[in-house]
Amino acid sequence: MATEILMPALSPTMEEGTLAKWLVKEGDTVSSGDIMAEIETDKATMEFEAVDEGTIGKILIAEGTEGVKVNTAIAVLLEDGESADDIDTAAAAPEAAPAADAGNEAAPAASEAPATPAPEAPRTDSTPDWPEGTTLKQQTVREALRDGMAEEMRRDESVFLMGEEVAEYQGAYKISQGMLDEFGAKRVIDTPITEHGFAGIGVGAAFGGLRPIVEFMTFNFAMQAIDQIINSAAKTLYMSGGQMGAPMVFRGPNGAAARVGAQHSQDYAAWYMQVPGLKVAMPYSASDYKGLMKTAIRDPNPVIFLENEILYGRSFDVPDLDDYTVPFGKARIWREGTDVTIVSFGIGMSYALAAADKLAEDGISAEVIDLRTLRPMDTGSVIKSVMKTNRCVTVEEGWPQGSVGNYISSVIMQEAFDYLDAPVINCTGKDVPMPYAANLEKLALVTTDEVIAAVKQVTYT
Amino acid sequence: MAPRKSAKKPNVSAEELKAYYRDMLLIRRFEEKAGQLYGMGLIGGFCHLYIGQEAVVVGLEAAAEEGDKRITSYRDHGHMLACGMDPNGVMAELTGREGGYSKGKGGSMHMFSKEKHFYGGHGIVAAQVPLGAGLAFADKYKENGRVTFTYFGDGAANQGQVYEAFNMAALWKLPCVFVIENNQYAMGTSQQRSTSSAEIYERGKSFGIPGEAVDGMDVLAVKEAGEKAVAHCRSGDGPYILEIKTYRYRGHSMSDPAKYRTREEVQKMRDERDPIEQVRSLLLTGKHATEDDLKAIDKEIKTIVNESAEFAKESPEPALDELWTDIYATEVPQEA
Repeated sequence: MATEILMPALSPTMEEGTLAKWLVKEGDTVSSGDIMAEIETDKATMEFEAVDEGTIGKILIAEGTEGVKVNTAIAVLLEDGESADDIDTAAAAPEAAPAADAGNEAAPAASEAPATPAPEAPRTDSTPDWPEGTTLKQQTVREALRDGMAEEMRRDESVFLMGEEVAEYQGAYKISQGMLDEFGAKRVIDTPITEHGFAGIGVGAAFGGLRPIVEFMTFNFAMQAIDQIINSAAKTLYMSGGQMGAPMVFRGPNGAAARVGAQHSQDYAAWYMQVPGLKVAMPYSASDYKGLMKTAIRDPNPVIFLENEILYGRSFDVPDLDDYTVPFGKARIWREGTDVTIVSFGIGMSYALAAADKLAEDGISAEVIDLRTLRPMDTGSVIKSVMKTNRCVTVEEGWPQGSVGNYISSVIMQEAFDYLDAPVINCTGKDVPMPYAANLEKLALVTTDEVIAAVKQVTYT
Repeated sequence: MAPRKSAKKPNVSAEELKAYYRDMLLIRRFEEKAGQLYGMGLIGGFCHLYIGQEAVVVGLEAAAEEGDKRITSYRDHGHMLACGMDPNGVMAELTGREGGYSKGKGGSMHMFSKEKHFYGGHGIVAAQVPLGAGLAFADKYKENGRVTFTYFGDGAANQGQVYEAFNMAALWKLPCVFVIENNQYAMGTSQQRSTSSAEIYERGKSFGIPGEAVDGMDVLAVKEAGEKAVAHCRSGDGPYILEIKTYRYRGHSMSDPAKYRTREEVQKMRDERDPIEQVRSLLLTGKHATEDDLKAIDKEIKTIVNESAEFAKESPEPALDELWTDIYATEVPQEA
């Protein structure tokens, strides 16, 4: 059957082009791969090759014609035994590309919703993290984190820890102390200093059925590996239509330590929180470090676990339970209050709680919420609290533009606008690279005094 | 060292030769059809064709065993067909349809098959190299005797993460065959203009990784080299590098005007070195097959490819709620 040769699309954006030159004439035989014409697109002049073999029966568009739409018939190809006389009856109409406007159907039906009623308080899970009467022990964040990892490694042979200095050195920050002795060199693996490479090997191992814990000595160095974290770990489940993904944990200290300068003092909470496919935990207390780490290791998705060097040595109550886990997406209300909601996570909680103590002395009752995980984020608990207090201050160490607080503010505006008695204030680190000088570094970080000042501003006191 | 070539009178059965001919022809015809569908607007975005390089994957698949893994870049259609993935599912992914391997959500560059141990399909140049080493890491950890073929191009060979992966693969003796598909052009930049050394496989030397160059237009040479590499990896001696010198007839992607090389250069390669023609000639001169036998294979392939195109046109676009699925897993998929 004679087939029409159609004007090809030769780039992702081409809609029409110029048929610059025919390199074949009527009656010529062509075989697959032969160059038939030169076509000028918006970008370049391209050669156009034959796909099928046959004889050029008729050239329909003369060379030099401009503005030839993609999919216009430009020539007719005859198979063996056909003649040009067959042309009129041959060649079906060009097949159209699928309609590109199908996406319109996906437009949200929000405009059809009735006039907005007063929003109901969201349903939240406010069950305590451990049952009343549980024995508590004092543990540092460092110990709790190690216990969390070690318990999961005892439970599941496919879990292993890799990173710089995690084995023989016992961890650059002593997080993995004793783990090499217990689990051996097969499962506690010192890597060379090669973040991009070992992050990729970790993701590949997760594709291959293992459950890696990849430690970055700090998250500052994970910038070298961020392509593997986002493009390979976070997106593969989606790109594979659900066939395979990367169940694993990327962990390490994040944010400022002390006096280590700009390149070693950055908070990545807002960066990773933006990425669909990742889960992000940023705990404050030792019990959460343990409980969230165990949940992270069991989670079938890539989890970013943002720790804090300054918190490693702090002690908290940790429940003395055999298998203590904390679910993702459940905030913890550390302190109930009525006048203002202070929302934070990670080390920001130190400032939030200290501010709440001082504010209480001034008769201001602050409710303090620890988000614990940023993706999923328990915005329901924040909204519920703001509906009660009508005011909100967010606290974080990261930079102000595109901060976690910015996102929370936007959620509050959309879901509890009518409840707000003052604009939400985001207390953040200053919009500068971290300076080294002690006095300047102090100035660059968010402080308890700034949180207090923000609360006074939103409560008009 | 001159690239490995097959023996003048290779020790190969008629059945094997016919299978290579058929598998290479399937890739070529499939890719030509893909190019055609792209021209019709049925395939969008980027589309990187494998035409000219068919002997690389067909030769190496002949050296693989069941359960071995493979991972590659965005020029991935040939690898998928060679490891036995269904042409219908591949073509339907190219057209972004529900019947595609990734339900239309991955596209030409992002396809996977747990069943066939094909781990993608990766769009970031060289990202698949540490990933492939990681797959091999998992196999070594599980002590299952499997080998991973990690494919990348001469362009990717200039990315730093390749050498990070080489270092760890050698250090930990990972069962990984690093396959450098040297098609001589990194997009439009020739090897001479981008790469300080002429022999890329030699770069493994500083890591203690053995390697060799192979004539990538000679499917039997590729298979022979692949067998040697696989045996090395499987015996626990760590990774192996194959630099397979091949040639891409088409542009880097569909929108490549190919101003960086002459038409004569491409034509000469097609006329003198074509991998499919070489096998065809072996089949005919060795009297392993008649013209009619080969015509029958051509016909069979044409039917498969046409069916895949029909399937890819008729398969519906993904349901709109697919936008929101497969972002998070609720349970860990079982290892195939």
